[in-house]
Amino acid sequence: MSTELDSLYQDIILDHAKRRLNAGLREPFEAEVHHVNPTCGDEVTLRLHLEGDVVRDISYDNQGCSISSASASVMSDLLIGKTVAETEPIHAAFLEMMRGKGQVEPDEDVLEDAIAFAGAAKLTARIKCALLSWMAFQDALVRAQEDSDV
Amino acid sequence: MTTTQLAGLLPELEVIRADFPILGRTVAGGLPLVYLDSANTSQKPQVVIDTMVDHLERHNANVARAMHTLGAESTEAFEGARDKVATFLNAPSRDEVVFTKNATEALNLLARTIDLGPGDNVVITEMEHHSNIVSWQLACERSGAELRWFGLTDDGQLDLSNADALIDEHTKVVAFTWVSNMLGTINPVTDLVARAKAFGAYSVIDASQAAPQLPVDVAATGCDFLVFTGHKVVGPTGIGVLWGREELLNALPPFHGGGEMIETVTMARSTYAKAPHRFEAGTPPIVEAVGLGAAVEYLSHVGMDAIHRHEQTITAYALEGLATVPGLTVLGPLDAASRGGAISFELDGVHPHDVAQVLDSRGIAVRAGHHCAKPAHARFGVQSSTRMSSYLYTTPAEIDALVEGLEYTRSYFKLG
Repeated sequence: MSTELDSLYQDIILDHAKRRLNAGLREPFEAEVHHVNPTCGDEVTLRLHLEGDVVRDISYDNQGCSISSASASVMSDLLIGKTVAETEPIHAAFLEMMRGKGQVEPDEDVLEDAIAFAGAAKLTARIKCALLSWMAFQDALVRAQEDSDV
Repeated sequence: MTTTQLAGLLPELEVIRADFPILGRTVAGGLPLVYLDSANTSQKPQVVIDTMVDHLERHNANVARAMHTLGAESTEAFEGARDKVATFLNAPSRDEVVFTKNATEALNLLARTIDLGPGDNVVITEMEHHSNIVSWQLACERSGAELRWFGLTDDGQLDLSNADALIDEHTKVVAFTWVSNMLGTINPVTDLVARAKAFGAYSVIDASQAAPQLPVDVAATGCDFLVFTGHKVVGPTGIGVLWGREELLNALPPFHGGGEMIETVTMARSTYAKAPHRFEAGTPPIVEAVGLGAAVEYLSHVGMDAIHRHEQTITAYALEGLATVPGLTVLGPLDAASRGGAISFELDGVHPHDVAQVLDSRGIAVRAGHHCAKPAHARFGVQSSTRMSSYLYTTPAEIDALVEGLEYTRSYFKLG
């Protein structure tokens, strides 16, 4: 019973949910997005600051369960400082793991702490919790790049 | 499992439980199922399952048009279900019972067909399920009518202090829930109906949470329309009911056009059947209606008064138990006698999703989220909550399991 729970609520996740790295909305930013999980009402407002090709800052304000809070924390920690091109394979690997019904063996070299969400990937009801901030980041990236193209 | 004996429980609770085969299964690696999500959907007794299987195995045919033995049997079963629902609601006429897909469709039917225009207003409440909010928002946007609503008091009751300002001579519809799906509040139905009537407005009662647990007598409420859904009254999904006064139903324009709802059709125009067929275009959910008939008959056999007493007893026991959990706050009235069997609560320091997850690992099913009542959550400054909801098969031992599960949840997340 609790082994299954423990595979979901790994220490990395509980720790990130508590510490919420990079939380709080900061300036400057090129894009701000607001994403909602309509089934449970979890929300995240996320800001992205790009400096040239580099993700200089991801700041966010969220209301959600430990899985969605931890996911925002891990995601921001992982992607800040990377170039946009470097974030793409990480984002893709996270999506692949979360949509893999627990069958995808995650690559720790790419995902680092984010491999802790492999347990959540087995639970249909929690996949959206883990993906919320990642989808918000993707949306913000598209918008920030659109604006810089203009 | 030893069952705590409480005055007011259904006398043959173990026999009732045996009627529901799903309660015998185990979950989470062999633990008994503790199903506390009945306000979301109720479990089904064997008699409903058997009635539906029997219909499909032996009597299946389309209704009201198949000129053969099976067609006659199917029509008889379908229309027989209408009679059973009419009896369940104490409806003056069986023709006042319209089968819909669910309560949501019944509310949308009304919001689509009741004539509204600029200058009119519709009055709802802040504790409605989204179906009784959004359908009227759409109707008001379409027609230019104004949407108004009753607010809530801090203890989860309707705030009626400005009722005289809200409902006026321009009010066309007053639509409200009988029992709140989130707060559990039982609303003053006859008072609200009387206020609507005083200004000639239609009164619409959402009885989705009331019909499972209270005796519903449409004549006694004095209302114009009442809706409920089948799957919360131990019936199947895919079937709901709109009850309306016959003369009012027949004065409304049709909702969906199609077969079965017409008198005659020419290429230029059609004339329409009277209620209930007026609103039942197309092949209806036949076996679902038959299942619903068996469901309401089952509930009536157990007795709605006895079920209500059972719910109140379990609710009081649950409120007592939940009060012992540190950091737990119940949203809504704390007096079991004046509330329904759905209890939403917050557990300080643990998000509802995480509460539900840990409880699920112990075989306990509850609902976490906004329960399709976001405005009511916003009113109390919370984004989401955990909700336990009991029914006629719920035992005090299951409430004990919930309370223990919540203690375990606190310790799992290291809250002392």
